[in-house]
Amino acid sequence: MTQATANGGPVLEIRGLKTHFFTRDGVVKAVDGVDLTVEAGEIVGLVGESGCGKSVTSMSVLRLVQDPGRIVDGSIRFQGTDLLGLSDKEIRNIRGDRISMIFQQPISSLNPVYTAGFQIAEVYRVHRNMKKGPARDKALEVLREVGIPDPERRIDAYPHELSGGMAQRIMIAMALAAGPELLIADEPTTALDVTIQAQIIDLMRDVREDLGTAIILITHDLGIVAEIADRVAVMYAGEIVEEADVETLFTDPKHPYTRGLIGSIPVAGARREWLDVIPGRVPNLIDLPPGCRFAPRCRARLENDLTICTEREPALLDVGENHTARCWLYSEGRR
Amino acid sequence: MTEPLLSVRGLVKTYPVKGGALQRIVGTVKAVDGVDLDVYPGEAVGLVGESGCGKSTLGRAILRLEEPDAGSVWYDGTDILTLGAKELKGYRRAAQVVFQDPFSSLDPRTTVGDSISEGLRVHGIGAKERARRVADVLELVGLEPYHAKRYPHEFSGGQRQRIGIARALAVEPRFIVLDEPVSALDVSIQSQILNLLKRLQNDLGLTLLFIAHDLSVVEHLCDRIAVMYLGKIVEVSSRDILFDRPTHPYTEALLSAIPIPDPTVTRERILLEGDLPSPLHPPSGCTFHTRCPIAVTGVCDTFSPELRSVPGEPDHLASCHLRTGEYTHLDRATV
Repeated sequence: MTQATANGGPVLEIRGLKTHFFTRDGVVKAVDGVDLTVEAGEIVGLVGESGCGKSVTSMSVLRLVQDPGRIVDGSIRFQGTDLLGLSDKEIRNIRGDRISMIFQQPISSLNPVYTAGFQIAEVYRVHRNMKKGPARDKALEVLREVGIPDPERRIDAYPHELSGGMAQRIMIAMALAAGPELLIADEPTTALDVTIQAQIIDLMRDVREDLGTAIILITHDLGIVAEIADRVAVMYAGEIVEEADVETLFTDPKHPYTRGLIGSIPVAGARREWLDVIPGRVPNLIDLPPGCRFAPRCRARLENDLTICTEREPALLDVGENHTARCWLYSEGRR
Repeated sequence: MTEPLLSVRGLVKTYPVKGGALQRIVGTVKAVDGVDLDVYPGEAVGLVGESGCGKSTLGRAILRLEEPDAGSVWYDGTDILTLGAKELKGYRRAAQVVFQDPFSSLDPRTTVGDSISEGLRVHGIGAKERARRVADVLELVGLEPYHAKRYPHEFSGGQRQRIGIARALAVEPRFIVLDEPVSALDVSIQSQILNLLKRLQNDLGLTLLFIAHDLSVVEHLCDRIAVMYLGKIVEVSSRDILFDRPTHPYTEALLSAIPIPDPTVTRERILLEGDLPSPLHPPSGCTFHTRCPIAVTGVCDTFSPELRSVPGEPDHLASCHLRTGEYTHLDRATV
């Protein structure tokens, strides 16, 4: 089903991406200089709280950012091709064929007036010029692959007849239909119950194992990331503030925000009297604080008596092997 | 032994299901199907389950925001289901509620101070005393007295949930039902609210019923936990026992489905097959048997299990034929 990755290089390479929204109140710097690399067959977790720019980053990859948003700078190379230089027609041919996406609300992401099977078969009709009959056979095949029970019956079901978990399986089937090299999953389990969420996580893991599809998993849930991702990038206020392989990120987080985030989640089975708290809240992306964007909420800054944090923005620094953090604590000449 | 503050017995709440062009009643859904639950003074009880299990309906029925069809709700020695509107006023002051959505549960055209003091006005408390009380509760929840003059849109989600809690606290209740109070909030804000609730419970000696779908959130705050499935409580026990020795197969699956934010932990996961059955047509016998990994044909699909104590643990109840019932010899999963 999958196409062999064309070359040995990364599937996706985002460099210096800036996506800004030009609103009446001012320019919202939703994504403000993001670098991200995804290797073939890799699962990269993109983590952050609402408004950090994780979804806008993925929408930028597919060039689905809408007015008043615009990609103002940077490059997005997919298998060596700069997606930002493609015509609308060329990018349409890539969407749903070589890069596909699944969303948080599976039922509302499906077209309510067509059956699940019709919508999956559409992928083959549009991208593979197949006739109706063979396209339907392929749709049935992919439904079986994502573990839909009774696929012969479900292929003719309309979206409203599906449960949330079933609809998300259909979405995944549709996303995988053309055998994409990259799947972008934006909060794919947030709307689902925990037992259903566990099924979908397993399915995504299988997709990577069996088809070699690279996955960008966008989520606010660090638990899901720990379960499935190989590498994690943490976003805060439009920037990546830390990136590492999944084990390093959880065992040796460097950025004070990452540390705060990990400490603030209640963990089943680990009984703690009090949870860590990150004081304050996410800054307004129109009127960003000078210096580090996390500085107003950062306790490490106060503890280490750093003044540079509120004056100059830190760069992403190497803090270990394949481990970067955007924080003055790790800079040599910080004072 | 202390008497429970709240004692629910045999509570049933059904909803008519309408269908067809004439919207005739075509059936009934038993949202809550014979629930017994005790809540002791000063304790926090967690009520967990997946969407549609009836946990919110139970919470609302306890507050008499819904009229139950059968059963009784004893609060401090009185069955509140027998009270008239006038007598109910006292209960309304003693028992308060905090809802999930901090955005829609506040009136956008009313100042925060007026929202908080509305309950006090209803209970005939004078303007001067009301203003003092508003300032007090705002401080209790970590806001400033001047916030009373502002409108809901000027606050973030976390702050609005603080306002929701302040409003509940204003009438000095003994008992508060919290219906998914943190599930709409970002992770770093969630921990702020969870810590606040815990501090308030400690300082004010409140009795809490905490309704949530997320077991790890409930674990942090609650002394005892009840697990619901399709309108029934399937297991109830102290927090530590529930997490260390879950007895009902559904509780086991629910616990094992929670993603743990630690990539170094590998767990045996119990993956439940299929979706939650429709409460319109609940399965025969034990309603969980369709998804249960240990169900025995001829027993679990035939007889309905009762909530009984686990052998050797009088305060740990579970409703499973194979674990607490008469068919323990058929359970192949436990050694």
